[in-house]
Amino acid sequence: MSEIQNHPSPALDKVPVTLTVNGKTRTVEVLPWTVLLDLLRDHLGLTGTKKGCDHGQCGACTVLIDGKRMNSCMALAVMKDGASITTIEGLAVDGELHPLQQAFIDHDAFQCGYCTPGQICSGVALIQEGRARTRDEIREWMSGNICRCGAYTNIVDAIEQVLGSTTEAAQ
Amino acid sequence: MLKAHGYVGAPQNRVDGRAKVTGEARYAAEFDAPDLAYGIVISSAVAKGRITSIDASAALAIPGVVQVFTHENRPRTAWFNRNYRDDVAPPGSPFRPLYDEQVVYSGQPIALVVADEFEIAAHAASLVRIEYEIDTHMTDLDIKRSEAYVPPKKRSGVTPPPSPRGDADQAFARAPVKVHAEYRIAIEHHNPMEPHASTVIYEEDGKLTIHDKTQGVQNSQRYVSGVFGLSSDQVRVVSPFVGGAFGSGLRPQYQLFLAVMAALELKRSVRVVLTRDQMFTFGYRPQAIQTISLGANPDGTLQSIMHDAVQTTSSFEDYQEVIVNWSNLLYHCDNVKLTYSLAQVDTYTPSDMRAPGAATGVTAIETAMDELAYAAGIDPVELRLRNYTEVDEANKRDFTSKELRACYQLGAERFGWSKRNPQPRSMRERRELVGWGMATGVWEAFMQKTAARAVLGADGHLDVSTATSDIGTGTYTILTQIAADTLGVPIDKVTTRIGDSSLSKSPVQGGSWTAASAGTAVQVACRSVRETLFKYAREMDGSPLANASLEHVSFADGRIVLTNDQETGISFTDIMRARGVDKVEAEEKAAPGMMTSMRYSGYSHSAVFAEVRVDEELGIVRVTRIVNAVAAGTILNPKTARSQIIGGIVFGMGMALEEESLLDHNLGRFMNHNLAEYHVPVNADIHDIDVIFVSEHDDKLNPMGIKGLGEIGIVGTAAAIGNAIFHATGKRIRDYPITVDKILGS
Repeated sequence: MSEIQNHPSPALDKVPVTLTVNGKTRTVEVLPWTVLLDLLRDHLGLTGTKKGCDHGQCGACTVLIDGKRMNSCMALAVMKDGASITTIEGLAVDGELHPLQQAFIDHDAFQCGYCTPGQICSGVALIQEGRARTRDEIREWMSGNICRCGAYTNIVDAIEQVLGSTTEAAQ
Repeated sequence: MLKAHGYVGAPQNRVDGRAKVTGEARYAAEFDAPDLAYGIVISSAVAKGRITSIDASAALAIPGVVQVFTHENRPRTAWFNRNYRDDVAPPGSPFRPLYDEQVVYSGQPIALVVADEFEIAAHAASLVRIEYEIDTHMTDLDIKRSEAYVPPKKRSGVTPPPSPRGDADQAFARAPVKVHAEYRIAIEHHNPMEPHASTVIYEEDGKLTIHDKTQGVQNSQRYVSGVFGLSSDQVRVVSPFVGGAFGSGLRPQYQLFLAVMAALELKRSVRVVLTRDQMFTFGYRPQAIQTISLGANPDGTLQSIMHDAVQTTSSFEDYQEVIVNWSNLLYHCDNVKLTYSLAQVDTYTPSDMRAPGAATGVTAIETAMDELAYAAGIDPVELRLRNYTEVDEANKRDFTSKELRACYQLGAERFGWSKRNPQPRSMRERRELVGWGMATGVWEAFMQKTAARAVLGADGHLDVSTATSDIGTGTYTILTQIAADTLGVPIDKVTTRIGDSSLSKSPVQGGSWTAASAGTAVQVACRSVRETLFKYAREMDGSPLANASLEHVSFADGRIVLTNDQETGISFTDIMRARGVDKVEAEEKAAPGMMTSMRYSGYSHSAVFAEVRVDEELGIVRVTRIVNAVAAGTILNPKTARSQIIGGIVFGMGMALEEESLLDHNLGRFMNHNLAEYHVPVNADIHDIDVIFVSEHDDKLNPMGIKGLGEIGIVGTAAAIGNAIFHATGKRIRDYPITVDKILGS
C-alpha cells in the first residue's frame, strides 16, 4: 500500500498522437497512458470499435493497424503514432457495404451485434492473410473473437462465402 | 390469420443488421454529452467486514478529478426497501450501493471516482486507500447446505415445488430398477460481450436521459425514480441496442445507481462502465447440488421420482428459480417428491441466467434418465417415450400443444440415432472415443401484459413501438414482420421503435416471453388501426367498399381491396385524404387469456442429440455434432429463430464443458474473473449444429401461437453432451462442467 502512495504521480502533460483513421489524418492530444481503443471511442467518437474486456481476451476491439488485425485495447495510442488504422466505420465505401458486412447480414452472423465489428475486422484481415482455406481453419483463425450470443457457425458461413468468391476472383 | 405479404414465417434478415455491421448501432456507453464525466468503480477487496477508513486525498489532488463518492459523502436516497425493489427482485432487502461501511460480498462497489477524463479517473482510482476490519465470510455451499431452508416468501413468477404425490420413498424402495445420485452445477456468470454501463445525460432542465445496459428500460426508470425520489417524467431511459445480457440486465445493476447519483450531485452528465472483472461482482447462475432418485419397473416405467435441490443465495435476498418441478413435468409418475431449498453465502444475490432453473434442473434429471436407461437396458429415446405424459402431471391440465414425440422422432432420424450401439466405448476413430447422447429440453411458454402503439401515416409509413428490448433476440425484426403483415405494408415501410421508457408499457425482456407478448401487442394495435382505416374507407362518398365487411377485405401494398376482387379497393392515402387526417393511430394492450392459463399448461419442448469425441490421453472433449429438434409453436422468423437456438446450444456447450466461476473460499471471491480464465466457447469449439423446427400448432396460448425461443436452446444441451461422454468413455460425470481433470481423474 505504501508503495502505491509513494509512487510518483505520472506527468499529466498530454502528448500529440497522429493517426490516419479510415483514410483521414487526425491528431489528438492524449494522456500518455491512453489506450488506442479509448482514443478511438472517446476522443474520435468512433464507437463502432467495442470494449469487451480491455485485456486482449475477447477480440471485440479488433481493428486493422497498417493492414493487420490487432486488439486495439492492447496498444497505447502513443505507440501507434503515425499508423494507419481501419475501423468498422471505414469498411463500407460510399455507403456500399464491404462484402463481408453484407455476408454477415445474409447469414445472420450476429445477434446482439456487440462483437460484430471486431468479428468483421478480424474476418476481413483473415481473408487478406490468405491462410484459411477450410472451415476448420476459419474456426481456428477466428477464435480470438468471442461471440457470447454463439453465432459462430453463421460467422464461419459468412467468411467462407466471401473467401470463396475472393478465391474464385483470383483464379 | 396472417396473409398479405407473408413476412411472418419467412426467413428475414435483421432489420437492424446494417446498423450492427457498420458500427452505427450505439450501446449504453456510446452516447456522448457535453462535458461528460467518467466514473470508475472501486470494488471491495474483502468478502465481509467493515470499511474503517477511506483516504481519497491523493486521488482528489489529481487535476481533473471531480469527486470521490463513498458511503461517507453519498447523497441521501430512499429509506424504504420497496424503493429499491425492481420488477424482478426476489424477496429480501435489495443491495444499496455506498449505503454504509458494511461489506457483504467481495467486489462490492465501495467508491466511485469521477473525473473529466476516463484516463484520469482510472489513475485516480488506483490512489484511493481503503482499510477494512475483516469479518469471517462463508462462500462454500458444501458447508452451508446443512443450514439450507425453504424460502419463507415465494418469489413472484416462480412456482414452488408441488406437494408430494403418492409415496415416493416407499415406491423407490420397492422398485426393481433404481438410480440414485448427486448432480452438481457450477456457478456461471453471464458475461455478455458488452460490459454493464450507464451514460446519464444531465439535461439543461435537470431531467435525466439515461442510456443503460438493461433488458427493461421501464424497470430501470422506475428504479431510478424510486431510489432518487424523482418523478417519472424527470427520468427517461433509452437503450436502443443491448450488447447481450442473458439475464444480467433484468435487474438494474449498481453502475446505474452510481452514475445517476453522481450526475444528480454534480449536475453533470456522467458515464460509468464496469470492467470485465467487475462483471463478476453482481448476479450469477447459482451453484446447485441436486439429489435425484429414480425407481422404475424393468420395462423402464417410472415408479418413483425424488428430486431435491439446494442452491446458493445471498445473505440479503432469497433468489429462487424453478429447478425440480421439471422432472415430473416431463415424465409420468404416480409417486413424486420434489424439494427445493436455499443456502446463504457471502456473495451478491444470484440472478436469472438463460433458462434459469431449467438449465440447472433439466441437466440433472436428463442425466439421471440416461443412467436409468442404462440400468434398465433400454434405449434412452425409448425410455422417454415409455414415460411420456400428455398432461401436466402437477395439476393434470392439458398442454396447449406438445409435439415432443415428433421432436424425438425427427431429431433421432436426422442424427442417425438408430445406428447407435448402446455399449459404452463401442465407437472409436483414431485416438478418439466417439459417443452419442441425447436429452430432452423444456421451457415454459410465458406471456406478459404488454402495450404497443401503431401509427400509420398517409404516406403509407407504419411506425410501431413498445418499451421492450432487443438484446440480440431479433425483436426489432419480428415486430416489423408482424406489423407489415397485419397492415399489408412492405417491410421497408415499417419502423419499429423499442428500448425507450417513454414508449408503451412493456415488461422486461426475459423468460422467452417477448415475442408472444410484444408481438401480440403490436398485432392488436395494428388490427385496431386496420379497423379504423376500414371504417373510414366504408364511410367515404361512393366507397367501393361500402358494403364490404372486414372479413372480406385484404390489406396489401398500402391498399384495402376486396379479397375476391383485388382490383376493387382504395389506397390508404386516398382514405386518409378523404377523411382529412394525416395518420391513423392506436395503442392497445395484450395479455394472456385467464381461461387458458387456468385450464392449460403451455411449454416448448426439444430433443437434443449430441456427438462427442474424447481424447482419452489428453482428456479433451470435442462436440462434433448437435441436432436439436424444437417444438415451440409458431416460428415467426426461421432465420433469427435458428440463430437463437444455435446461441442457446453454444451456451449449453459452455455449461457442459467450460463455464465455471471458481470461488476461492479462503478469500471469498471469484478467482477467474476474466475471459481468459472463465472459459466460454470460442469458434474453434463449435462444429456442426443442426436445428429442426418441428411443426406445432397452438391455438390457445396467444393469437399467433408463439412460445418463444430465448431459453429452450440451452435446456437439455449440457445433459446430451454429458450423456454422450458417458457413451464414449463409460465414465459418468455428474459434476458440470465436465472439464479435462474430471475426464482424466479416477
